[in-house]
Amino acid sequence: MVLKVFFPSCCSSAESGILVGRWLSEQNSAVILAVVHFPFIPVQVKQYLSEVQRVTKVSLSVLGSWSNSKQETEENLSKFLEDLGTIFSHEPWIQISKEGNSKFWSCSTLQKHSNNPKEEEVILIYYDQRKVMLSHLHPPLDTATSTDHDASKLSAIFHTVAKSKILFMTDRYDDGPIKLTHWQSDGVEASIIVELMKQASVPACTHLATVMLSFLQYVCIFGVLKFWPLSFLWSKLSTCEQLGHRLQHLQVISSNKKAQTQTQFMRKANIFVSLLIDVALGILLMSWLYRKNRIGHLADTLIPVADHVAEELQDLLQWLMGAPAGLKMNRALDQVLGRFFLYHIHLWISYIHLMSPFIEMILWYVGLSACLGLTVALCILSDIIALLTFHIYCFYVYGARLYCLKIYGLSSLWRLFRGKKWNVLRQRVDSCSYDLDQLFIGTLLFTILLFLLPTTALYYLVFTLLRLLVVIVQGLIHLLVDLIDSLPLYSILLRLCRSYRLAAGVKFRVLEQQDGKPLRLLMQINPLSYGSVVQTYRLPTYSCYPKDSWTSLCKKLFLGELIYPWKHKGEKQD
Amino acid sequence: LAVLQNSMVLSAAIFITLIGLIIYLHFVKIDQESLLVIGSLGLQLTASYASGKESTTFIEMGRVKDVVINEAIHMQKVIYYLCILLQDPGDPQGISEVVPLFQSSKPRLDCLIEVYRSCQEILQQRKTAPQSN
Repeated sequence: MVLKVFFPSCCSSAESGILVGRWLSEQNSAVILAVVHFPFIPVQVKQYLSEVQRVTKVSLSVLGSWSNSKQETEENLSKFLEDLGTIFSHEPWIQISKEGNSKFWSCSTLQKHSNNPKEEEVILIYYDQRKVMLSHLHPPLDTATSTDHDASKLSAIFHTVAKSKILFMTDRYDDGPIKLTHWQSDGVEASIIVELMKQASVPACTHLATVMLSFLQYVCIFGVLKFWPLSFLWSKLSTCEQLGHRLQHLQVISSNKKAQTQTQFMRKANIFVSLLIDVALGILLMSWLYRKNRIGHLADTLIPVADHVAEELQDLLQWLMGAPAGLKMNRALDQVLGRFFLYHIHLWISYIHLMSPFIEMILWYVGLSACLGLTVALCILSDIIALLTFHIYCFYVYGARLYCLKIYGLSSLWRLFRGKKWNVLRQRVDSCSYDLDQLFIGTLLFTILLFLLPTTALYYLVFTLLRLLVVIVQGLIHLLVDLIDSLPLYSILLRLCRSYRLAAGVKFRVLEQQDGKPLRLLMQINPLSYGSVVQTYRLPTYSCYPKDSWTSLCKKLFLGELIYPWKHKGEKQD
Repeated sequence: LAVLQNSMVLSAAIFITLIGLIIYLHFVKIDQESLLVIGSLGLQLTASYASGKESTTFIEMGRVKDVVINEAIHMQKVIYYLCILLQDPGDPQGISEVVPLFQSSKPRLDCLIEVYRSCQEILQQRKTAPQSN
């Protein structure tokens, strides 16, 4: 089989020495992690390797020898290197040698205990050690479930390099007995600002979050929210749900446990960045609103807008009470319904005018809560729309109930017309013999209901359309809030700036070849596509999605049942 | 005033066309497709777009079951395409996925046969190799 040698590109210019790494026998490949330079004492090298192996749980060993001869006068070095093979017994002993500045290296293997001394083909694969160490391999979805060792051969290589972090901690300026060359051997690079920020940010965040959490829990301890009216209001307002959701996020971030796996860490980071951006946008919005007293202007225009909506509704009702779209309505019923709704609007307008002095103050304080985040501000907007169009909701309920009653009455009387009856016990339609007076009254009522149907149906249609409009507007706002909530911003930024950290796989490039020399390949990291990044790292939300399919929605509309189109994730199924 | 409006509309149209062209060249138009087969490692499919972007997929040799030429009957003609059959990890005889190759360049049968022959040569070596140690 072909022998594959994974060589770190940072060791290409290293001095001669021996190669240290991991041998994967099932794949016939050697992953080289570092080069140990002369002079060294073999016993110390073996001791050091066993220590590192104990900590990292990755089986390291001396794999071969590396000779980088800058001059031509080092022929006895090769004999010396072969003798080393007897000291560190490893099957097969790999010898890589580079002459001068030539690109093409020669690589040979020494097999002492093999039956057929055939010349094995060698493939040299260069890899960037730092990138492979930091990268996280995302397996394709179908192999994600299998945990076999041969599920992905590449993941074994990534795992080896990632776990050997401690090997990369010693650099060439250390005074130990062993001198290594690897990607960090020129000195550990770190920016002092980044390190300080990392050290300081975690305790600061946890402190802040615990303070806020304890304050909120103190407020909730009053148990105010357990009483019926307030808890009912709490569940109806979407602002409160959003606040609860964000509180949950805060709890996740402020937990003291360090993230165990990569996915947990990414989730925490995503939540943190999302919260930060949310609050920043909210504060921006707030500063824009409060500058030049825009809140005052908003409050001033709120009452005229509500008045305008009420006037439009009154015009609509006058139109319905006349001959809408040329249809001829039943005069008496028309007048009754029209007057009833007009009176309702009149009441609503009076209440709004009663509240108008307080509107500005309420709005001012409510606008302050936009500093909790842009999502909270959007939820408040959605709730304000719901409150302002409450009368449309009421009209819809009245219209729907009337229509529903009418439809049920009609269907039951239609059955009577045909001589059948609904058997409640057996939940089916049975034939029934009615008395003459029952039939007479039933037919009379049926006729009345049938001829009054167009009027009720028209009112129902108009108010249902208005209600659906409001529902669609609210739904769009909630969709936007959902988007902001669930977008994994940290992962997207990572993919943009440090794309090697999220790897979908690897890609190979064939480098120049020469006859007689081994094949050279360059292994680079293939980053994950943006779509898969969003899909893998999406934050879960209390998303609302349509409860009914189109057909059941149409059926409900036809029968006059009240529709609650959005179902939240936590709600019970009914 | 009408002239100003017209020129604005015209410049907006030109801008949109340019953006559309750039999007087309970067995401849709594939210039070159290549397949790299390394016997002991795997297969690598590269597609390079007109704007220079390259999208690569690497499939490890352990997941590859076979490379075949499939026939498809589309409307009035028969199309041949080369595809890689991936192994199902649970079922050694089953196939979990079929990856079609050269979807944009759509080479003809004679070209496909040559590629097929070279792939089979390398895949055969992998089958016989584990016996010799």
